[in-house]
Amino acid sequence: MVPTLNGRIQTRIALLAVVGGLWTLLITPLLPDGAPLSASYRATFLVLLLVIVLGVLWELLYHFLQQFRWEKDWPTFFGLLTAINEGLLIWILIAVGVGPDVPGGSFLLHFISVWILTWLVANGPMRVPFIHWRFQGGRLI
Amino acid sequence: MTTQNIPMPGSMDPMEQDFRPTPVPGDLTPYLIDTHIWTDEMLHQAGIPIYDTPFVTVGGGIGSFVTVDYLRICGVPASSLTVLTNLDVPWSSYEYLTRVSQIPRRERLRSDSASTPDNIWGFPSYAVREAFSAKSVKDFFSPLWNVLTEPILADYYTPKAGHAFESMEREYHRIGYAQCVRKGQVRMVRRRYGGGYFTILTPPAGAAPTRRIAYRSQFVHVAVGYPGLKLLPDLQRYRETHRDPSKVVNAYEPHEHVYEQLSRRPGTVMIRGGGIVASRVLQRLIDDRDRLGLQTRVLHVFRTYVTGSHGPSIFMRRKGGDGWAYQGFNYPKSVWGGQLKAKVRKLEGAERAEEYKLMGGTNTPVRKSWQEQLKRGRAQGWYQTLIGEIAELVPGPAQTVVAHVKAAQGYIQAQADFVIDCTGLEADIREHRLLADLLDHSGAGRNPSGRLDVERTFELRGTRSEPGRLYASGSATLGGYFPGVDTFLGLQIAAQEIADDLAALGFCARLGVGRSTKQWWLWARHRPI
Repeated sequence: MVPTLNGRIQTRIALLAVVGGLWTLLITPLLPDGAPLSASYRATFLVLLLVIVLGVLWELLYHFLQQFRWEKDWPTFFGLLTAINEGLLIWILIAVGVGPDVPGGSFLLHFISVWILTWLVANGPMRVPFIHWRFQGGRLI
Repeated sequence: MTTQNIPMPGSMDPMEQDFRPTPVPGDLTPYLIDTHIWTDEMLHQAGIPIYDTPFVTVGGGIGSFVTVDYLRICGVPASSLTVLTNLDVPWSSYEYLTRVSQIPRRERLRSDSASTPDNIWGFPSYAVREAFSAKSVKDFFSPLWNVLTEPILADYYTPKAGHAFESMEREYHRIGYAQCVRKGQVRMVRRRYGGGYFTILTPPAGAAPTRRIAYRSQFVHVAVGYPGLKLLPDLQRYRETHRDPSKVVNAYEPHEHVYEQLSRRPGTVMIRGGGIVASRVLQRLIDDRDRLGLQTRVLHVFRTYVTGSHGPSIFMRRKGGDGWAYQGFNYPKSVWGGQLKAKVRKLEGAERAEEYKLMGGTNTPVRKSWQEQLKRGRAQGWYQTLIGEIAELVPGPAQTVVAHVKAAQGYIQAQADFVIDCTGLEADIREHRLLADLLDHSGAGRNPSGRLDVERTFELRGTRSEPGRLYASGSATLGGYFPGVDTFLGLQIAAQEIADDLAALGFCARLGVGRSTKQWWLWARHRPI
């Protein structure tokens, strides 16, 4: 899928909310954070919410950077690399106390697994149910 | 002198007479030819039998194939779809052109991993399928790593031609495509009084009791491929004047004799053009040089020599160098679904033509192996470039050809044993008989680029015959609201637009989440539909 700005934002929200949400439901009890389950869920879903909300802002930057590319595309590899800047920002927020209180190991495990899973879905299986999606720049509606 | 078209499989015989000197049963009549809209009675009077079918697709190449595939997946039975074609299989013409232009089945196309004409979802992509059919660990990881890191750390992944043809053949059998095919040459499509269309087929001699057959349908789709590929005037002049078709060839013509002769004795080849075909021909010449230890020399004539990144602004700059303009595929990637697709969809007239011009121009992909070969050739002196335009070709001493090249500093003479023209000169749509007939009799018009003017739904503007629709896709419609029409993925995008339009008219089911997922599952298990 070669994204438009609108498509980027829609895909980001839909994939993280649905695929990321389901995955967070499954993985949270297995995280080594030592906290009660309700607190763990609160923390992981807050992280997920942060990835979505801050992600929309990140998408504006990515879209701007995309304008320097002749093809106006966004290589698959960039979809993985951007986990670094986005993950770091959220970690900084956690460290300064703005984000939820999550231990580093749990955060990494949760964040990276959500990222890879949604990236994998976006790069193939997403096209199966949503056959128009890749031809409209990632827009779902 | 009229310029000649390069023969292709299934192409129309321009000399075919409309009427035979001695009347034959069921032929066209002057009255039919001159009348724009036909009644059933007119065909009865001419003795042309009428067959009813809901949907006709004309051409039978990859454009027809992906459209039939889409409609079959949208629930249309094979018995409701009729493919009128001269081709044996949908990829005949494409495979012929790729093979002669030096992409045999084992070589790679210039096509994206997810542009899969056998699979409307593009999943799993060619790279993933290639990985899972690998016989070694290296061959498993190599395509996956390639597609993961393209085009940053690696060149774009592209599938082998054979992989594309074999997978299309599987889908061809799965959807029962052969059942839909009726062989013959389509002469014309005319609107029918009372709605729908008549498509006139000339079956192979002796295959039917009448010279023509009419297919009466509510819907028609026209995908006849290139209107024609032409020889450049100077090439044709040389051939006609000097009666020598072997030393000066177009890359889209069979020209194996060039490589054979070079393998027997050293020679110089003049290449003309800066596109993908030139790249492929150069690769063949240099591969042969390396493999057989030949002394082949190459003189490459560029009309436009690109020295580096070029474009009107920092936001529209294409890479280039050593004469070439570089681009992964034949269009910037976002025409197939990103920003450029969204942008062009909104443009009209001159603005749209201008946008096509901005993204157009001859270009070729950057491939590491090609870069290495040409770098070596430049360093060792057997690959040289010349900037200018070939004005005239004349015979030279010792069976050579001399080109008079109009360069910036004046005329230069260059001598070679062979000239391989790698420029593609496409014929005007009017040179295709069926397309000319659509322009003259069926209300079709031209878009700002001079090709067939289609709506965003790929309906051929001006040809409506309620409740029928006439659609067109592929190369003949280049210049419309969607730029990549003459590509694998472009044909599928067109097929999707057509299927959506037909679903809105109630002809087929809309491909929503449920049907799409179910149909993909059938595809994945290779279950016939």
